[in-house]
Formats: sequence, structure tokens, C-alpha cells
Amino acid sequence: MKIELKNISKAFGVNQVLKDISLTVNSGEVHALMGENGAGKSTLMNILTGLFPASGGKIFIDGEERTFQNPREAELFGISFIHQEMNSWPELTVMENLFLGREIKKNGLLNNKEMRKQSRAAFNELGVNIPLNVEIGTLSVGQQQMIEIAKSFLSNLQILIMDEPTSALTERETSKLFEVIQHLKKRGVGIIYISHRMEEIFKLSDVVTVMRDGKVIDTKPTKDTNVNELVKKMVGREITDYYPHKNTPVGDVTFEVSHLESATNKFHDISFSVKSGEILAFSGLMGSGRTEVMRAVFGIDKPKSGVIKLHGKPIRIRKPLDAIRHGIGFLTENRKDEGLILDFSIRENVTLPSTRNFVKNLFFNTKMAMLFVRDLIQRLTIRSTGTEQIVGNLSGGNQQKVVLAKWVGISPKVLILDEPTRGVDVGSKREIYELMNELAGKGVPIIMVSSDLPEVLGVSDRIIVMHEGRIAGEILGKDANQEKIMQLATLGE
Amino acid sequence: MKTVSNFLNRFTSLTTLAALAVLMVLITVMNPSFLTTNNLLNLLLQVTANGFIAFGMTFVILTGGIDLSVGAILALSSALSAGMIGAGMPLPLAVLMCVVIGAGLGAINGFFIAYGKMAPFIVTLATQMIFRGLTLVFTNGNPITKGMDGFFLAYIGQGYLFGIPFPFILMIIAFVALYVLLHKTAFGKSVYALGGNEKAAYIAGVQSNRVKVAIYTISGLMSAIAGLVITSRLSSATPQAGNGYEMFAIAAVVLGGTSLMGGKGRMSGTIIGALIIGVLNNGLNIIGVSTFWQQVVEGAVIIVAVLVDVIRNKRSLQS
Repeated sequence: MKIELKNISKAFGVNQVLKDISLTVNSGEVHALMGENGAGKSTLMNILTGLFPASGGKIFIDGEERTFQNPREAELFGISFIHQEMNSWPELTVMENLFLGREIKKNGLLNNKEMRKQSRAAFNELGVNIPLNVEIGTLSVGQQQMIEIAKSFLSNLQILIMDEPTSALTERETSKLFEVIQHLKKRGVGIIYISHRMEEIFKLSDVVTVMRDGKVIDTKPTKDTNVNELVKKMVGREITDYYPHKNTPVGDVTFEVSHLESATNKFHDISFSVKSGEILAFSGLMGSGRTEVMRAVFGIDKPKSGVIKLHGKPIRIRKPLDAIRHGIGFLTENRKDEGLILDFSIRENVTLPSTRNFVKNLFFNTKMAMLFVRDLIQRLTIRSTGTEQIVGNLSGGNQQKVVLAKWVGISPKVLILDEPTRGVDVGSKREIYELMNELAGKGVPIIMVSSDLPEVLGVSDRIIVMHEGRIAGEILGKDANQEKIMQLATLGE
Repeated sequence: MKTVSNFLNRFTSLTTLAALAVLMVLITVMNPSFLTTNNLLNLLLQVTANGFIAFGMTFVILTGGIDLSVGAILALSSALSAGMIGAGMPLPLAVLMCVVIGAGLGAINGFFIAYGKMAPFIVTLATQMIFRGLTLVFTNGNPITKGMDGFFLAYIGQGYLFGIPFPFILMIIAFVALYVLLHKTAFGKSVYALGGNEKAAYIAGVQSNRVKVAIYTISGLMSAIAGLVITSRLSSATPQAGNGYEMFAIAAVVLGGTSLMGGKGRMSGTIIGALIIGVLNNGLNIIGVSTFWQQVVEGAVIIVAVLVDVIRNKRSLQS
């Protein structure tokens, strides 16, 4: 199957996210798609698979114009999209997942025998060995991914789109995935492979396309390019531009965590400290326990043991309110789920952790809250119609700034940011970094959990790398590079 | 004019208010005796019991919960305090005890829901049975009338102040107090936040468990006050008092525009909702609709009201 995207454009409201994109993918070819977050890669793939329509341009499949109404239609046609966050149902068994929505029936009842037979055949072909009757939720990310691939394989797979498939995989799982990809390629499946990881691109792909700010910058056979050229095209400017320079000094140790032990075996013996004005990054693979550590520090999940000290004094944090009272702010990684109340206004969201500051003689003073939030909106350049706008109607970047404003609003003594720029556009990203620098400049210690390596390298004074629930090592920002971090993150040494 | 409509808009949804007005006009056209002072005073009296309960229920529903035990709490707190009166307890003290018992029973609901992490529907369904059962055990199935004719108690449900039924005045006082609590205090903010997104609220420092216990306590307390009014009016505590009241209260809250998903709604909507239910009950009687058909009509009105609300929400989302 050959796919040709011609002059695709897409606008969300006034925001033009794709401009005149053309791309061709042939069968039996691995086509790498590179570009920073927000470059438009996922949007393009979502248009191809029918999640939403393009604003302009055409899609040709084997020379015939075609648009899919929804991802399911694309899947039936042989085009499958495996997302970063997989859509499996954790309580269903492997086989139920494989046949969800297209169960094989006999006389109106499920034909388990036939489904089992087909599942086994698909697993054999892919060289996968996973029992069919276990619940998906109990499997590793790598195994779940294999199931997703097997699922598309079961329905006439022609084109497989993978979005950052290795970001949460162990090394062994990654090489297994590569084997499967090679096998699919031989079978004539075309693969669109979205990734940031250079080694993978050069190992796997035949063709590479670089996107930036919603445009295709270049498409080339992989053998005719090199890492430097790709990076330059991806970033389009020097990396020092991208991350604002932090020139404030680091002070004394303010916040210390020692021997923190997870109650659920998620992390072990975590000790670290942050100095005033310091930006400390926590790096590591997904699932290495970074988020879990921060949740325990903030009192969301109770740790088994461990001591937390602020300004040298041990403090007790048993619930988020305790942490907030000690001046700790925590931006969670999932803003829609845990950061915001989407139906509420900017004012209501921002003032939530600082409600008590606006209570005068027992009563909540709305006017005072509005003035306060208006200031924060200006300071964080939140693009909105005002303090009363409903948060659900804001763009991702502005929503993230509302969550930040919540925590800036408590005048934090320590700020923990979990993936502060995830799903945020390039412009807002820079503004968030600037805000971090500004706060650090005022002496606030900042702990940032991030999976975005360039970001970790670009903004932090010091980097702690976690591997399988333990601290694998610590690197000073000025001595760090991607290789050092990845080595600690993947090998733990 | 603009400021008036602004004020009304802030106070409640105009649609609900319009629905109430239309309903009243329709009933008056069909039987003008609806609009007599006598009947209107009677109507206010009928609205009160449901009003109290619906105010408490508003808090519960705003957090995304539900309280099915309100009718049973009403009965049990009334019966227990009536028993105390029969045993010689001074009336003011017994009245106070009634309210305390109601609050306590509500707190039990809240405790299981918050700390036991159980679904409100299940907990209050079970306590509804338990509380109602205990009422029957305590009263042996008979009304309690001994010592129930004292002035203090009688005034609560039967008295008039400035020509207005005292229980209605009591309801307005409760409304103002709860309105202020919900809309003007930090506690009120946390009630909304909890209903809007419990996880986000907790991380932002809302003490969800305490708030939950508090709102079910309020709901129990308001049920007990409704019980006092009824007991006073009948001069007896009956074991079947308040049977099915949870449905009227939930209906009033929903008619008032509060979302069963939590996080959205206002106290003022509930009072209009309670009035709509009251006008329906009273009006259908006056125009001679049989009690059998009354239920059908009330159910249909709720469906239409909520449907209108759903459509309106969808439209405001799209624009």
C-alpha cells in the first residue's frame, strides 16, 4: 500500500498547526518522522487515520483519493496507529483486547476457539510469547505494545504508525520491537516511525522526514543524512536560544529528602536535596519511579518510611494540604486529570490551593481573588478572555500555565514540576522556562521531572537519573549530555 | 432592566424561574382559587419540609454524591426525640436533641462514604433501610403522641409570625445560612471543587474526607429540622414520616439546575425547584387531578426539565 499526503493543512481555531504538508509512504519501507513536540507529527497522523478532518489537502491511497471518517475505518482499511499512551482496557484479558469490537462469533455467541487459534498464529508470526488469558493491566508496557501490534496484524495490517514506541521500553523490549518491525517490513508493511531517538532512526529507517512548526522541513533517504543535519533541521535554531539562560546563583540546601521508601515497592532508598534557586531535574525512563517519588513527597501516596526536611527542620506530610501549608507546590504530570477542574473558571482553578488567603472575616472575598488572578494571568501571559473564562476552553499551553499559576499563587517555598511542558506549544514552553528561572532567581528551589532530554539538559543546574526505582546517579548540568543520562537511565550505572 | 436581569442571572437560571411562572399562570387559569392568599400560604407550608431537605441535598449532589436516607433520618430523629419528650425531657432540649441526632446519623453516612470509600448510593440506600427499621423497632409501628402538644413544639410547625407561617420563615433562615455557607466561604469552594474534580481538589489541598462528612452531616441535620416541622404539625411522630421524601428533594435539586455529576449548580436553583414541586402538588390537587395521575405528571415534568437543561448545556458548549 502506498500512501500519499498532499498539501495537508490544519487549523484549530486561529492556531495553524499544519501548513501544506506532503508526505509519501511506500509499502515495505520504514519512514521516520522526526520533530520536536508540537511540530505537528501526531496531528498529521491523526488526520491520516481519520480522528479529525484536515482543513485542506488530500490523501491518496494507492493513487485513489480517500478520507477516513474515524480511526476504526482506517484500521479496517489496514492503517493502524499505535499511540504513546495505549488504549487498551486493563481489566480485559489479552485475547479480549485483541478482538475488542471485532469479536468472531458463531451462532451469535463468541467463538473463543477460533479467536484463540488466530491469536496464537499472530503471536507465533511475531515471535511473541504472552499468555492469552491474563489481564492486560498486569503486563509490561512492552508486552502491551506487542499486543497492540498483534491486534493490528490480525486485521489486515498494511501501514503501521508508531508514536515514540520505545520511550517506555527496556533495552531488551526495544530490540524485540526492532525485530518485529524488520519482520513486518519484509511482509510488505509500510511503517511510519515517530521518534526523537537518533540511534533508532539510523538503525531502522529507510527514509526520514523532519517536521518543524507544522511544516515539512526536509525528506531524505536516511543513508544520505547524519545526526548533525537532522538536529539542525529539527530545532531550526541554536539550542541555547531555545532554553533561556539562567544566570542566578544556587544557594544553600533548603529541601531534603532522605531514605524515602515506597509503600508499594515503586522506589527504594531515595535521598536527595535541593538548594535555594536551584533547578534540579529528575530524569529516567517512564516507569522508573520519578513521579511516584514526588507523589510521596507531596503526600498523595503515603511512603513506608523516610524523612523530609525543609530549612533543616523535619516536616510531616501526610496529605497534600500539609505539603501546601509548608509552602510546597506540585504540578502533576496529568493536568486534565489531576491539575484542573475543566468546567471551572481560571479564577476558581487558580485560587483553589490558596483559598484561605482570600478569606476575610470568615467570608471568601471574590473581588480580591479576581484581582490576584488577573495579576497572575498577566505575569504568566495566559491568553484568555479574563479571570472568568472556563479553563476547558483554553489551549493546552495556556491550561498548563493555569496549573502553574495555581502553585505560583501559594508563593511556594519549594516547587515540584512533573513534566511541566508536556503537550505544550513551543512558545508557551519558553515562557514556562522563563517563569522557572524567575522563581529560581527569587530563591525558590525547583524540582523538575522530565522525560524530555533536551529540556533536562537545557534548564537544569543538576540532574538526578533514576533507574528502576532507585537513584542511578547524579550529574551536574554543565557536565551532562544525552549519552550520560541515557546510560544511567537504561543501565542504572 | 439590565441590572435586574443580571442580578437574576447570577441568582438563578431564568429558565427555571420562567417555568415556575408559567406553571402558576396555567394552574390559575384552570382554577383561579389557586391564587388566593389562603392557598398560597398553604402552599408555602407544603414546600417547607421538602425545602429543608433539598437544601441539604444540594450540597450532597454538588459533590457528585446522593443521599437516599433523608426520609429515614427524618423519621428516626423525630421518633427518638418524641420518645424523649414522652419520657419527660423539656421541649427545647428535645428539639435540640432531634437536630443533633439527625446530624449524627448524617455523619455516619459521611463517615462510611469518606473513610470507607463506599459509593454514596449504596451507603445511603443501606442506612435508609437501617434507620427506617430502627424507627419501626423504637415506635413499635405506632405514632408517638405523648406530651407532643406543648406550645414550643407546636409553634415550629403551626405558628405564624407577621402573618407568615413560622416554618416558612425558618426555611428562609436556613436557606440564607446555607446560601452563605455554599457561596461565600472557603468550605463552599471546596464543596464545588470536590464535585468538579476530586483528584485535582485533593492535590490542591481540599480535605475531601472532612468535607464529605460535613455535607452528609448537613443533609442529616436538615432532614431532622424537616422532621420537627412535620412532627409539630401532626402533633405526633409517625414511623412512616418522610417516606419517599428523598425523591422530592432530589427532584427539586435537579429541577433547580444542579448537575448530578457534581460541581455545577446553585442553592437558589434548589429553592425554585422546591417551589415548582410544591406548586405542582398543590396545583394538581386544586384542578382536580387524581393522586395517581399526579405522580405521572411530576415524573414527566422532571424529565422535560432535565432534558431542557441537557440541550442548553450542549448548546453553550458548542458556542
